[in-house]
Amino acid sequence: MLEQTPPALTPDESLRYARHLILPHVGPAGQARLRAARILVVGAGGLGSPVAMYLAAAGVGTLGIVDFDVVDATNLQRQVIHGTGDIGRPKLDSARDRIAEINPHVRVEGFALRLTSADAREIVRGFDVVIDGTDNFPTRYLLNDACVLEGKPNVYGSILRWEGQASVFWAERGPCYRCLFAEPPPPHLVPNCAEGGVMGVLPGIVGSVQATEALKIVLDAGETLVGRLLLFDALRMSFREMRLRRDPACPACGEHPVIHEPIDYERFCGVGTAEANREDRMHDEDVPEMTPTELKSRLDRGERVTVVDVREPWEWEIGNLGPQGARLIPLNDLPSRMDELNPQDELIIQCRSGARSARAAGFLREQGFQRVHNLAGGILRWSDEVDPSIPKY
Amino acid sequence: MIVRTLFFATYRDLAGTDELAVELPAGARVADLVRQLRAGGTALSSLPETPVVAVNMDYAPAATALRDGDEVALIPPVAGG
Repeated sequence: MLEQTPPALTPDESLRYARHLILPHVGPAGQARLRAARILVVGAGGLGSPVAMYLAAAGVGTLGIVDFDVVDATNLQRQVIHGTGDIGRPKLDSARDRIAEINPHVRVEGFALRLTSADAREIVRGFDVVIDGTDNFPTRYLLNDACVLEGKPNVYGSILRWEGQASVFWAERGPCYRCLFAEPPPPHLVPNCAEGGVMGVLPGIVGSVQATEALKIVLDAGETLVGRLLLFDALRMSFREMRLRRDPACPACGEHPVIHEPIDYERFCGVGTAEANREDRMHDEDVPEMTPTELKSRLDRGERVTVVDVREPWEWEIGNLGPQGARLIPLNDLPSRMDELNPQDELIIQCRSGARSARAAGFLREQGFQRVHNLAGGILRWSDEVDPSIPKY
Repeated sequence: MIVRTLFFATYRDLAGTDELAVELPAGARVADLVRQLRAGGTALSSLPETPVVAVNMDYAPAATALRDGDEVALIPPVAGG
C-alpha cells in the first residue's frame, strides 16, 4: 500500500518490536510499514477497545479514533481500554491515555463526533484502513458507503449476546456490506448491546480478529476476510464462514451504483424496505414524547393514561412501573398483542432508555392508535427524575 | 427432502432454537423454505421475505435450488459493537 521506503527503525523501536522483526510477513520492512500506516477506528467501545490496544501495541504509527461518548459504568464489563477511574470521562480521552501507556510511539488523532454524511468521506479519506467498531446500523451503512466511495478497506465486526461476525468489505477486491445486507432489518429484529446483552469477552475475540485483518492489510500478508463472513458462536465455541459474492445490483458498489454520497440513515434504519414508501410519513409524524415528571404529575392528578412497557420480562423484573399501572408487552409481541390495547386510550410507551419504545410508538401510530406518547429517556430517566429506588441497568 | 436449517443471532430468538430439520417438497428453492418458515404461525413470521441465506456456507440468492441434506444458514445483520 505504501510506495516510498520508510526510514529505518530506531534502536528503541527495534527492541520493542523484536518479536515482529523475526516474524515472517513482518520483519523490519513490515514494521516500518506499520509505523507509516494510518488506521481509523470508528467507535472506542467493545470492539474498538481491543482493536486500538492491539494496533497500538503492534506499532501502527497513526490511529484515528472516532467517538463522542463518555465512559459509563456499564461499559467496563467489555470495553477494556477504559478503566474504573475513567467513568464520566470522554472515551476519546481515556483511550488516548491507555494507548500512550501501551506505546508512546503511536500518534492518536481524535475525532470527538458522531460520524455524519457531512464528514464521513473526508475523515475516511485520510486513512489507509478503516475499522467498523460502531454499535448501530445508521453508522455502519454510512461508514460502508464512505469506504466504498473512497476506495478504503472496511474491516467489519459486530457482536450480540454470545455471537459475532467479522469480514473485510473492500469494494475494489470483493463485496461490500451492502452486497450482503442491502437493506436494514425491521425494527423489532434490532436489539443493540444495551437491549440484547453481550458477553464481555466477545468483543475481545471479534475485535482481535479485526485488528489481525487490519495488520494483514497493511502488511499485505496472508489471506484476508475479503469475500468471507466469519460467524463466531462463543457458546458453541465455533467459527464458521460463509462465502460472499459481490452483488452486481449493489446500490453502493454494483455496476450501476445509486449511492454517490454517504447518506444519513438515522431516518432510514429501523424501517424495512417493504415499508420504505411509508417511511417519510412515519418520520414526519414524529411520535410525541412525554417526560417522566410530566407522566408522574398526570398520574398524580388521577388522569387516565395507560403505560405500556415494551421491554423483555427479565428487564421488568429489575424494576417497573407496575405500581403506576404499567403493563408488559415486549416489543416482539406487540404486533400479535396490540388488540389488548384500546385505540381510544392515551398510551405512554416505555422501555429502558426510550429507543425501543419510540419504535413501538411509531408502529402503534401506524396501526391507527392516535393518542400515543413515548416516555422520554425510558425507565432510566424515570429513575433519575422521579423514583431513584428503581435500579438502573 | 429435508434440509438442515441453522439460525443465527436474532433469528435464533424467532426460531426458539438454533437448528431445525425442515421438510420441503422436491424442487424447492431457498425462497420456498423462507416462505414456509414465515407461514408456520410462529415468531418466524417476522423473518424478512429475503433474509441473507447461505446454502452449505455459500451465499445463496432466493432462487437457489435446494437438495436433500443441504445445510441452510439464515444470517441476520447484527449492529452491536
